[in-house]
Amino acid sequence: MIRIANGQGFWGDWLEAPVRLIEQGPIDYLTLDYLAEVTMSILQKQKLRDPNLGYAHDFPPLIGRLAERIRERGVKVIANAGGVNPMACAREVRRLAPGLRVAVVLGDDVFPRIDELLAAGCEMRNLDTGEPLARVRDRVLSANAYLGAFPLAAALDTGADVVISGRCADAALALAPMIHRFGWREDDWDLLAAGTVAGHIIECGAQATGGNSQPDWSSIPDLANIGYPIVEAELDGTFVVTKHPGTGGRVDVRTVKEQIVYEIGDPRRYITPDVIADFTSIRIEQAGEDRVRISGVRGAPRTDTLKVSITYSAGWKSVGTLVYSWPQALEKARCADGIIRERLRRLGLEFEVIETQFVGVDACHGPAAAPCNDPPEVELRIGVRAADRETVERFTREIVPLVLSGPPSATGYGEGRPPVREVVAFWPALIPRDRVRPSVEVIG
Amino acid sequence: MRIPLLRIAYCRSGDKGDTANIGVIALEERYYPILVREVTAERVKAFFGSRVKGRVERYELPNLGALNFVLYEALGGGGTVSLRLDAQAKTLGAALLRMEIHVDEHELAG
Repeated sequence: MIRIANGQGFWGDWLEAPVRLIEQGPIDYLTLDYLAEVTMSILQKQKLRDPNLGYAHDFPPLIGRLAERIRERGVKVIANAGGVNPMACAREVRRLAPGLRVAVVLGDDVFPRIDELLAAGCEMRNLDTGEPLARVRDRVLSANAYLGAFPLAAALDTGADVVISGRCADAALALAPMIHRFGWREDDWDLLAAGTVAGHIIECGAQATGGNSQPDWSSIPDLANIGYPIVEAELDGTFVVTKHPGTGGRVDVRTVKEQIVYEIGDPRRYITPDVIADFTSIRIEQAGEDRVRISGVRGAPRTDTLKVSITYSAGWKSVGTLVYSWPQALEKARCADGIIRERLRRLGLEFEVIETQFVGVDACHGPAAAPCNDPPEVELRIGVRAADRETVERFTREIVPLVLSGPPSATGYGEGRPPVREVVAFWPALIPRDRVRPSVEVIG
Repeated sequence: MRIPLLRIAYCRSGDKGDTANIGVIALEERYYPILVREVTAERVKAFFGSRVKGRVERYELPNLGALNFVLYEALGGGGTVSLRLDAQAKTLGAALLRMEIHVDEHELAG
């Protein structure tokens, strides 16, 4: 049996979680998931400014902080912290933790090869809209193929203490040590599917242990001290989801089911680079306090394509807010919205979209929101998107004037004009698997 | 009688681009057939009204006593493109718990 923990569900997750996973009980592998879909484009921009950047910069100091314990306890770390510059990330880890062996997984970055791929007939059509990539080619900021678990396992095979990758499937981080330790092969579909389900359950950190859990949420103990998830994986593909004793949160059939159905699409065809997992084959049972056993998982052969995560520049946006108080807070906010729109129209500005929401009324749930009668306060939230920055800049000056020139009792304008942000849009596509050649490099 | 879905189920929701994903799980396994009967793709689509521009698909996970809904063009462009407060669909599952369903009293009895 091996213990695989996940201490980071996204870049920005609780900094103390990985430290506590190592200090509060036994684990063999610590996985850390840093890369959301658009994180790659942010990192690409940083790398363009400075060729030594472009990775999750929280990661090397974390490894520096943990280095002694990682060595003492023989814990191996697997993280997609490399972003678009895994080598620079690895060098920084070596600088801050010189005693650790570091292996890097390369080959996911296909940004420099986009034109070669297009010329070879890979149209990289948008999986949502069907449009060919050529339509936005000149605005593409990054392009990374999702790698599977086998290159990560090969990196563990080198004896590395720390494995750093760029873009890889989130669930691959946890599947890799199972392949490495159990010797699973590339066509062990049921085993790979089981490891993928394990990875899926822990990839969002504390969402598997009682965080963001809806049923009876107020009874979940000690969320301030929540334990992050640990998988106890067996050679035969069965596993137990748990957390360290003495930590807060809850691992039961309810909390684990809740994470199993998170963002899965078609449950019979959960497609990763390694396998197609069938989530309708999962058997789940309580196996003790804060212990849930999973078995029975079946898988089907992997596809011959890999998903590519492409990002491109798609204009500019800004969202401003003003708060109106009772009485008639909603009516005042609606009136203010009308005034802003009228002033923008008279300025002759053209926006792709102007979107208004009323926070405290229906911003979260839209037409499905419960009716509310004259609430104590309502936040007007108005946003715009446009192709050019100047148009959006001009919009940002139209919010605060309402405090003196619109309906009464407006507040909440203390931050002044809202910031203007570049819109970096996501373009999911497929490329033939054989176009991507992952490799492993050992540093130091 | 009519009850809100909240009485017999819980939800977790999330996103993939402009597509929202809502998992609906029966609080007790014996409630699952009620979910299958009452929480149809058509009713979910109607419940969210103008919020969901595209189609709604439903998948069944009888092994978990759960349904999974995929709602297309549901997030105002999604991700970083969207101007909405909840561009990642984090609260859409909670919204669905308000949906009214029809049950016979004996179906709720343990």
